Amino acid sequence: MIFRHLIFALLVLASVSVLAVSAEQSSAAAGKQAANSGKQKQMVQTQNAGERVFQAHCSRCHAAPEGFSPRISGTIVRHMRIRASLSQHDEEVLFRFFNPQ
Amino acid sequence: MLRRSHTSDFSSSVCAVRRLLFVLGLLAAIQLGFAQQTPLISGGVAYLTSTNGGNTSDYPIIEPLLAAPLGKNILVESRAAMLEFFSPKGGNQTGFNHSHFIGLTYLQGDYLASQHLTIVGGEYLIPFNTFNERLSEVWIGNFQDSPTITPLGLFSAGIGLGGMLRGNAVQHNKYSIDYAYFYSTRSGIEQFSALRGSGGRASLYLPEQRLELGFSCDRRLQGAHESFYGAHVWWEPRDTAFRLRSEFSRGQHVQGYWVEADYRTRAFGGLDSAIGRIEPVFRIQQTFRIDTLASDSLPSVNTQRADFGLDYNLPHNTRILTSYARQFSSAGDRNVWETGIVYRFLFPAWKGKKL
Repeated sequence: MIFRHLIFALLVLASVSVLAVSAEQSSAAAGKQAANSGKQKQMVQTQNAGERVFQAHCSRCHAAPEGFSPRISGTIVRHMRIRASLSQHDEEVLFRFFNPQ
Repeated sequence: MLRRSHTSDFSSSVCAVRRLLFVLGLLAAIQLGFAQQTPLISGGVAYLTSTNGGNTSDYPIIEPLLAAPLGKNILVESRAAMLEFFSPKGGNQTGFNHSHFIGLTYLQGDYLASQHLTIVGGEYLIPFNTFNERLSEVWIGNFQDSPTITPLGLFSAGIGLGGMLRGNAVQHNKYSIDYAYFYSTRSGIEQFSALRGSGGRASLYLPEQRLELGFSCDRRLQGAHESFYGAHVWWEPRDTAFRLRSEFSRGQHVQGYWVEADYRTRAFGGLDSAIGRIEPVFRIQQTFRIDTLASDSLPSVNTQRADFGLDYNLPHNTRILTSYARQFSSAGDRNVWETGIVYRFLFPAWKGKKL
């Protein structure tokens, strides 16, 4: 009888453990997904803000160059900050626009 | 420096190139630490041809720009121009006359002192109105010619030697104000010649309306002292590829304005479609003589001119510029035909660090 209870208790414990682990995994996955979607949302917002700055300040004078090395993105942004009198905030937004990561 | 100036002093040109190479070498020697701040070389190379009142001229031109950041707050930048100018010999002679020009346009150091202030030292483009600083590069302009009133307020060469304070004074969601104030000293040094003078510009930008309004004034403090006033209005309606730019300038002897509009349509597959790459351009300009004591390079009589252009934006940063202009004045009306091809380049000055 005791043996049967022990087996039952072990089965319940195992089931609870499996459920708990899977629940934790799914909540972690959901959390990760939520975090990822939050990150993506933030990235999209940054991209939009960067594009707005580009349209407002750079495109006023010239068309966008068709691609350039990421190694010079910081130099371009600094040059534009001086030439177009960008604020520090706009400089940072534009830099993130050029380096979306 | 205005795009149309020419000289043939070859030795001074070589000197200028040497100076530029020296600066490049010096910067190359300093290992710059930031991965995305490798110095860059940008600019334009073009082949332009113009027939003005029946006289045809050709000139290939290259305008390289070097920008090199030093540390977190300094940028050294310089632009040069190299061109060869060909025109047919007059009379019954065959062949071409030609002259060349190589020179520094500017060489300046910029220090980002705070989020609202940048201190500029060296030889710089004079911040009077917009054309000199923003549109004078060969790869940016919609037309080959600069507007007739451009020399006003630019102390003839368009450059100053000394210092400048500039930056973004106010930044708000609905508006921003930027400013530039300069003082230029007198200099007779070859490649760094400048006149004494001071002045500045202030602009208000409304991002929702995409509208910019600005005011400039400066005073030449050498020779015949003269004050110049300018105003500019730029407008790019939201979600369109239409741009309207305009400037007004007034000196003691002459005043004038220009208005330029260009448009690209998104209606046929976007700006990168075959149709979207076509860019019709129109500019109208007038100059009015106040007196004939001319101390400038503007026409000696009232002049009106209308330019009709059709540019084509090819892939790979290449543009074809074509235009026809009709100029009216009491000195005689004339036609101006211009065509050209321009390529814009932009690449790291050297390999730099891997990202």
